[in-house]
Amino acid sequence: MSLVLQDVTVGPKAGNPLFSALSLRIAPGEVATLMGPSGIGKSTLLDAIGGHLAHGFAVSGTVALNGRDVLRQPAETRRIGVLFQDAMLFPHLSVGDNLAFGLVPSVRGAARRAAVETALDQAGLAGFAARDPATLSGGQRARAALMRALLAEPEALLLDEPFSRLDAELRAEIRGFVFDHLRARKIPGLMVTHDASDAEAAGGVVVQL
Amino acid sequence: MKEGRALRAVVALALMGGVVLPILAGFAQTGRAAFGILPAIGAVEWSLAPWQQLMALPGFGTSLRLSLVTGLGSTLLALALAAGFCALMHGRISHGAMGRILVPFLAAPHAALAIGMAFLLAPSGWIARLLSPWATGWDRPADLATVNDAWGLALIAGLLIKEVPFLLLVMGSALGQLPVRQHLAAGRALGYGRGVVWIKVIMPQVYPLIRLPIFIVLAFALSVVDMAIILGPSNPPTLAVAIMRWFSAPDTALILPASAAALLHALIVAAAIGAWIGAEPVAKRIGQWWLRRGGRGHRAEPGLWAASAVVMGLMAAGALALLSLLVWSFAWRWSFPQALPQSWSLKGWMTPGSGWGRALEATLIIGIAATVASLLLAIAWLEGEDRARRGRATWAQALIYLPLLVPQIGFLYGLNVLFLQIGISGGLLAVIWAQMLFVFPYVMIALSDPWRALDPHHLRAAAALGAGPWRRLFAVKLPMLIRPLMVAAAIGFAVSVAQYLPTLFMGAGRVATLTTEAVTLASGSDRRVVGVYAVLQAGLPFLAYGAALLVPAFVYRNRRGLLGGAG
Repeated sequence: MSLVLQDVTVGPKAGNPLFSALSLRIAPGEVATLMGPSGIGKSTLLDAIGGHLAHGFAVSGTVALNGRDVLRQPAETRRIGVLFQDAMLFPHLSVGDNLAFGLVPSVRGAARRAAVETALDQAGLAGFAARDPATLSGGQRARAALMRALLAEPEALLLDEPFSRLDAELRAEIRGFVFDHLRARKIPGLMVTHDASDAEAAGGVVVQL
Repeated sequence: MKEGRALRAVVALALMGGVVLPILAGFAQTGRAAFGILPAIGAVEWSLAPWQQLMALPGFGTSLRLSLVTGLGSTLLALALAAGFCALMHGRISHGAMGRILVPFLAAPHAALAIGMAFLLAPSGWIARLLSPWATGWDRPADLATVNDAWGLALIAGLLIKEVPFLLLVMGSALGQLPVRQHLAAGRALGYGRGVVWIKVIMPQVYPLIRLPIFIVLAFALSVVDMAIILGPSNPPTLAVAIMRWFSAPDTALILPASAAALLHALIVAAAIGAWIGAEPVAKRIGQWWLRRGGRGHRAEPGLWAASAVVMGLMAAGALALLSLLVWSFAWRWSFPQALPQSWSLKGWMTPGSGWGRALEATLIIGIAATVASLLLAIAWLEGEDRARRGRATWAQALIYLPLLVPQIGFLYGLNVLFLQIGISGGLLAVIWAQMLFVFPYVMIALSDPWRALDPHHLRAAAALGAGPWRRLFAVKLPMLIRPLMVAAAIGFAVSVAQYLPTLFMGAGRVATLTTEAVTLASGSDRRVVGVYAVLQAGLPFLAYGAALLVPAFVYRNRRGLLGGAG
């Protein structure tokens, strides 16, 4: 599994591209890092890859995931997960239901509940299924968000400054947690960050936009 | 601090005396009559006879069923359609454009829209004219009940045209408080179709924010009179219309069973809202079960497209209905299969003496008085909250919404009986006051959010410069809030213009406004005359909204910071 960007650039439909064309190959389990000044279009690039571009923006070039051209597909069929700066747990669902929301539909019946329990366990959140996400700490939320994303069995994961709201100690812990899971599952990751220590911990290619 | 409390107390007293007491007194009067006590017509003995009479009244059962079907049906449909439309269109239409599309439907009074719909749908209406004779083969209007149909379909359609835009408006402002884009992206990244993310993620978060407006829609749809007279089934009509007919029947003995029916009607509205609340946990359980299954539902999109197509169709029909009012008011000769009038005339418009001149005058006086008074009361309330540095108590919030949730017919007739006893019935003041019951809540709703959103730093800066509370109010707050103030005034004025029952009952039939005249004339009168009344009735709110946008734009033409944003 690999994520391949070929001459990709993003910009307003009627305007100039935000950055010069970018080509990049991310191997399974590798986490590549995008760095650069604010406003250069890092998050917009992630939006384009994930299929979440705002109205009025366009992407050019090709993005292939395991040989599949994803840019023509709608976001929901790309199998590209996202982790945001905020965990973006759905506030109307319990922690367990947030994870169940992510779990692929092919897991049925009692196995669904078991899969959610296992995931909670792995995230150190055993027994938290019925909890209101608003009562979780920042680190717990981040881990739950990763588990929700992984339960959807993504073939790639985008990380949009996912650690920037965490304090230094927690940051290292969550970072390790996320990267370990990506490596273990051989999922290519693409991370946007302002923090050089994030890039170092990721250990993959670092691209300066 | 102290002053704030005094100001709040004054407003609270005014509302208790002006809103709660009269509603309670009206209900008490209706309740007494429902059990046989109405000295004015010589009924002085407690009895259950009015209820027995009510059950025996012809058409009572059918009226009850019609009210439930049209009321609950239109509310459920409106909610489903608005949700589907929102799911498909949010993010594809800008917020401002959406607002501009909705304004005409929000501003048009129910009666004017209903008359337009009748002009559109009737066998001799515009749709039949456009299709005849080439498609239908009709060279005279067919004998079909396309309006006033026995199932209430025309009424449901009319209600939907008013309710869907209203729900879209409240959904729009609820969505503004949610991180919709991020949740949509998060849901789609997990493999969910766009529409399904809306239904599973966004709507459950929107619903608690629009619950109260849904109840208002439900209560309104169960109680609507003017639209039901014009579009609804005529014999038997919906319960609210039947009650009104019984109240105003020449046979005064009918007033007792009518009072019983009015009381029953209030209970039905309460029961419907109760049933809705009771259904929520059930819907929640089903929703959770569905959510946990994790279906990605890529096939749900056609349903959303269908809902959106229906909404577009309704809006197109509404727009055509309003246009047809204008065409009829300028028509002279317009025989049946012609799509447009054969000859035009200004005759309807040249003769204000025929009645519309006075009705227009009365409408303007009542509307302006009710709006100004409501606005002053709302400013006093909000300023009182500010000075006391307190948020709004739940009871106060409930008090504001009370008149919108309580069916009008239940207390207005009883109240009029009281007013007759005191001797203040049938005057302009009584009508203005009765309309304020419904104008004030909307003014308050429109003004509260922008008022609270005002950046307190401006006020702190003013205070630091030595401005006392009154100067802060008049020199800083009100000028900065001119846009929302004007919008609130326009909404209040539109609500006033649209009032039918309060005008009819409290005016004791002697105060004729554009609305009461239009509804009276709607059945069977010359369409050209009705057209003039309905155009005026629909036109006044439009002018008010236009003024609400123009005044601040003119006053602040050199103040970029106060254009756009707030309001």
